[in-house]
Amino acid sequence: MFTQRHLLGIESLTPEGITEILDLADHYVKHNLKQNKHLDVLAGLTQINMFFENSTRTQASFEIAGKRLGADVMNMSMQASSIKKGETLIDTALTLNAMHPDLLVVRHPHSGAVKLLAEKVNCAVLNAGDGRHEHPTQALLDALTIRRSKGRLHRLTIAICGDIAHSRVARSNIFLLGKMENRIRLIGPKTLMPAGIEKLGVEVTDDMVEGLKDVDVVMMLRLQKERMDGGFIPSEREYYHRWGLDPAKLANAKPDAIVMHPGPMNRGVEIDGTLADDINRSVIQEQVEMGVAVRMAVMDLLVRNLRKSKAGDLDA
Amino acid sequence: MTLTLTNARIIDPEAGTVTLGAVRIEDGLIAEILPASTDGIDCKGKYLAPGIIDIGVKIGEPGERHKESFRTAGLAAAAGGVTTMVTRPDTTPAIDTPEILDFFRRRAADASPVNVLPMAALTKGRNGVEMAEIGFLQDAGAVAFTDADRPVTNPKILQRILTYASATNALVIAHVQEPMLSKGACVTSGPFATKQGLPAVSPMAERIQLERDMALVEMTGAKYHADQITTALALPVLERAKAMGLNVTAGVSIHHLTLNEFDVEDYRTFFKVKPPLRSEDDRLAVVQAVADGLIDIISSMHTPQDEESKRLPYEEAASGAVGLQTMLPALMQLVHGGHMDLPTLFRAISLNPAKLLDLKAGRMAVGAPADLIVFDADAPFVMDRFKLLSKSKNTPFDGRRMQGKVLKTFVAGKQVF
Repeated sequence: MFTQRHLLGIESLTPEGITEILDLADHYVKHNLKQNKHLDVLAGLTQINMFFENSTRTQASFEIAGKRLGADVMNMSMQASSIKKGETLIDTALTLNAMHPDLLVVRHPHSGAVKLLAEKVNCAVLNAGDGRHEHPTQALLDALTIRRSKGRLHRLTIAICGDIAHSRVARSNIFLLGKMENRIRLIGPKTLMPAGIEKLGVEVTDDMVEGLKDVDVVMMLRLQKERMDGGFIPSEREYYHRWGLDPAKLANAKPDAIVMHPGPMNRGVEIDGTLADDINRSVIQEQVEMGVAVRMAVMDLLVRNLRKSKAGDLDA
Repeated sequence: MTLTLTNARIIDPEAGTVTLGAVRIEDGLIAEILPASTDGIDCKGKYLAPGIIDIGVKIGEPGERHKESFRTAGLAAAAGGVTTMVTRPDTTPAIDTPEILDFFRRRAADASPVNVLPMAALTKGRNGVEMAEIGFLQDAGAVAFTDADRPVTNPKILQRILTYASATNALVIAHVQEPMLSKGACVTSGPFATKQGLPAVSPMAERIQLERDMALVEMTGAKYHADQITTALALPVLERAKAMGLNVTAGVSIHHLTLNEFDVEDYRTFFKVKPPLRSEDDRLAVVQAVADGLIDIISSMHTPQDEESKRLPYEEAASGAVGLQTMLPALMQLVHGGHMDLPTLFRAISLNPAKLLDLKAGRMAVGAPADLIVFDADAPFVMDRFKLLSKSKNTPFDGRRMQGKVLKTFVAGKQVF
């Protein structure tokens, strides 16, 4: 059961909670194909999207999810606002809290910042990515994509490739896929492999050919150039040659292996452009579609828990 | 003026003994150590030891009096059994001229009930470029020279400073963390840092810097103290330097002896210290190094930070923890855990700091200053940070069950707590 007050990360979820979210998301996937997509699940509630770090895609996905469920959605681009005037994160949180929002969707460049904020507000907080720590809705939408494509979410071999060190997507996926009892292989240059990662129950290699052997799912990560302070890889072309996903490297995976990418893609750096567009292998567009449904499901469940806790039936 | 403390378990760190007896104090000095005395203050069998000499205390004056003043630091020290605070120069502005040092000493004398011995900056503005006026500052009362948590990056500059300092017999204290590797890091690299997604530094950064500094000490013959050795990797380097006969000592903080990286848990910023907390293996290795005498000195590395500088995302939060009052109970954990006995502990917190700074205190000896503490090693309590006397309350031990309580503190025979 998903009984949490906030969704701050995958690490604290149970397999049952994950399944509950995915089952509800499945329902919203079907719903989103209807012509009239409007629902009243969150009618009268206020959702604020606070993005301390730029993101067009994730913010749009959360906004659409909220609007489809009938919430009043407001976007705040925090980079342009008071943070520049020296206001601390906690003051910002308290200010917003005084406006009585019901859902806060937060992205922040520092690990742990969303949790800090969640401690100071009365509403439900949804982590839309904190530093290099977690990005739970991305892992959930990836899981939903895999489950729909493979028919199950256990006993699969899944490769996560590329810039593991700077990736919150990788961490959330490692937690989620591990909890659901899959075999996880991390592939990437040693400079982008964080120390001690193998202790999280994964296999680690820097060889794409060996790593991709017989996998069911290939998850590519974006090379996060903006988080690098220089000197992790010699050049993009060498990176592409050794770790970029192209048809030749993919041939080592199972014939029906799917290719995933959280976006936005650097075509010709971590993935071959034609391969990314190949509808027989790539599920990248489907991931975006699942994103809206998963976020609807999470917000729906968080609001149910919020209502329960307000009714005195505390479980958080 | 005469005062006798009787029926006390007297800790003598020099002899390595604990004996029941009495101490007679006259004119601020220890006049006599007796097996028993019929008059005087009855210590009821509690421990009597030389007061703690704490090297590396940060006081917010000048510049950050909202975090700590001489008065509040002095009160905390007296209550914590610290009879001498050896203060850091990383103030605003830095204590890098005899004039600022003079201001500092006058404020200290006016406001602090315990002894204050100031350290001065090694380089002007602690910028690692220009040497401070080491000779003048020594004349003005600086007992050691350090840029606190900023290492001198350029080896050529440090070589010259060490050469100059060796000629005036000045003690240089260095922070041994390779600055380029440490830049931006707030935890030690490993599975914990990886899981939490925090920027991390390898423990190797400590060894690299210590190796460099040992080579420079070998070149120059300077008197050198490494402020905090916190990793198992650095210990063989220290051992080798001492075996070579270099004039080298090392310290460690109470936090690195009693906490490890996992205590940070979910981004608890009160556990953010410099260098970052290490693995449990490292912690045990440095505890053993203190017990063996390889690491000479334990400091509290008292670093007051106000709530505002700590209530931030972990990466942005300020480093440091207060320690004057938590030092003794934190270290009692090592005694009760069987890692070291009380004389060994007081060697590291009283005798060795006194030797390093050429002080007469820190000893249980006739003629030594009567800077003494009476404490109960067993008294249990739950640490409440708001009961600390420091102006800042940033201790990682908040809420922890601890043992060890200072009952009385004397400075030059005068009771200050």
